[in-house]
Amino acid sequence: MEPRTLWDDQEAFGQGRGTVTTSEAPAVAVRGLKKSYGTVEAVKGVDFEVRPGEVFGFLGPNGAGKTTTISMLCTLIKPTGGSARVAGHDVVKERDEVRRNIGLVFQDPTLDGYLSAEQNLRFHAELYAVPKELVAGRIKQVLEMVALWDRKDAKVMTFSGGMKRRLEIARGLLHSPRVLFLDEPTVGLDPQTRSAIWGYIDKLRHSEDITIFMTTHYMEEAEYCDRIAIIDHGEIVVVDSPEALKAGIGKDRVQIQTADDQTAIAALRERFELDAAVREGLVTFAVPSGEQFVPRLFAELGVPIRSVSVSRPSLDDVFMNYTGSTIRDAEGESAGATWMRAMARR
Amino acid sequence: MTADVTSPGVVRVLVPGRSVRHDLRAVKIVLHRELLRFVNDRTRMFSTLIQPVLWLFVMGTGLSTLISLGPGQGVDFRTFIYPGVIAMTVITTAMFSAGSIVWDREFGFLREMLVAPVSRAAIVIGKCLGGGIVATAQGVIILALAGFVHVPYSPTLILTLLGEMFLASVTITAFGVSLAARMKTMQSFFGIMQMAIMPMIFLSGAMFPLANLPGWLAFLTKINPLTYAVDPMRHAVFSHLSVSPRVVEALNPGVHWFGWHVPILAELGIVALMGLGLLGVAIAQFRRTD
Repeated sequence: MEPRTLWDDQEAFGQGRGTVTTSEAPAVAVRGLKKSYGTVEAVKGVDFEVRPGEVFGFLGPNGAGKTTTISMLCTLIKPTGGSARVAGHDVVKERDEVRRNIGLVFQDPTLDGYLSAEQNLRFHAELYAVPKELVAGRIKQVLEMVALWDRKDAKVMTFSGGMKRRLEIARGLLHSPRVLFLDEPTVGLDPQTRSAIWGYIDKLRHSEDITIFMTTHYMEEAEYCDRIAIIDHGEIVVVDSPEALKAGIGKDRVQIQTADDQTAIAALRERFELDAAVREGLVTFAVPSGEQFVPRLFAELGVPIRSVSVSRPSLDDVFMNYTGSTIRDAEGESAGATWMRAMARR
Repeated sequence: MTADVTSPGVVRVLVPGRSVRHDLRAVKIVLHRELLRFVNDRTRMFSTLIQPVLWLFVMGTGLSTLISLGPGQGVDFRTFIYPGVIAMTVITTAMFSAGSIVWDREFGFLREMLVAPVSRAAIVIGKCLGGGIVATAQGVIILALAGFVHVPYSPTLILTLLGEMFLASVTITAFGVSLAARMKTMQSFFGIMQMAIMPMIFLSGAMFPLANLPGWLAFLTKINPLTYAVDPMRHAVFSHLSVSPRVVEALNPGVHWFGWHVPILAELGIVALMGLGLLGVAIAQFRRTD
């Protein structure tokens, strides 16, 4: 059967989408968005725009407000201030319009394990009123996209974690959303599955007319995004492309292991006028040309150095530059909060 | 209409605006899932049958020697409790169906339903109708046992009982869903369910006739909603038996309010109204959940 597009077939099922979203309008527009729980401000008034067709990443440590923000954009929780428009619709006033135009993939699975993969998708198709004549074709297409077509009749409870996540991505795409929200799409998956999922996301942006909004706390994954917003303590610190952010640093990162870190830090300040700090257990600082600096360091520091590493600016450095800590340190600090969140989710 | 650029071979879906038709599709698929789950889960089908079969054949047979000496002489005790056992089966199955909402919450699937652009009412109605059909189907198995307890396989009796079973099941599912809507774990739901169901069954006249009871017990049976679901079933069964009026009076006295014999239609009306009310409560509870 020749797959056809409904754009040619507008009259086939009567009413169309209420408002056609033009490709010039931002896919997501957020103004002063706030969410507080009692006196705790989880999201402290953020502003940003996501352009149509881009892969936009929300990067930050656990507990920074990523999931809270994405939940507000997906109409799952109500903001306490500000406004947000997704696919041209207000997330509070036009909740159903927003829901119709977005696909969601959550951190926690939301599949029915007793149903087959295909039955799960069929359930979704009916709930989202996908035109009947298109259901079968579309199911086949999304299942093929995530390489699960041959497993369509297997019960979902027999699937591995990675397969479930792939099925959820397929389901999120089933009703051709304008914006696909992925909340930590690769968390808890093995490296191989993670790269497979990135493969699908990459394929997606070429085959579908879609905007992807995702959260992650993996630096390596943020590199796949067209633009990223770094969020820390409920605030957006910077928004730009990964390349521009890294170029903006302009310095290499040097990490040394010494016999006496505090003396080394003091020595770096006195002799080289460098601000150093202990990050991930190593004395860390930034200099313009790392390799050329290392010989001077050995000659003049006056504290025995056990090891040294020099690295080009990475998103880690960008993160550190804007927030004053590495993402892993930031997570260590909020590990208690994360644990509590995990318990609360149970 | 804008011409969107999509690569060839991509089925582009355009989801229509919300409409009654869309909500009906949602009702249908939620109901359909309920049936699929029932058909796939043989253990559940089997386990919910054990209790009624025990009541009918073990308790029924055991107690019949004792009871045949009383005013119900000439009627097998098993015949008497047969409609009660039907009601019991239907109620337990319907409660199980309602409880699956808690299961859905625990395993995340509820979220898939709650974030969809459909009304919560559609989901609740689908669930209640699904629970009703599943419970009725389970009751059909008990209907098939009629011959063993001297109840005739009469088409009018079967149709009447099917209708009454369906009505009772939908009402009980609605009751269960309104309880389950805010519960977080299966344990707490089943705890509450046991607490609610046992007294309701005991006080419904499913196990003993409602004639000549002490005042306090008579009062409790009259305010028990389940009484009005069991009595029509018993009436239907007894109207297909050939027994003396004296026995009918003892075993099938009907429900009386201050001396007024409440007609069967009024009883069914009470059940239906209660079902609608509980459906409303369930929908309201569901609207408040996230």
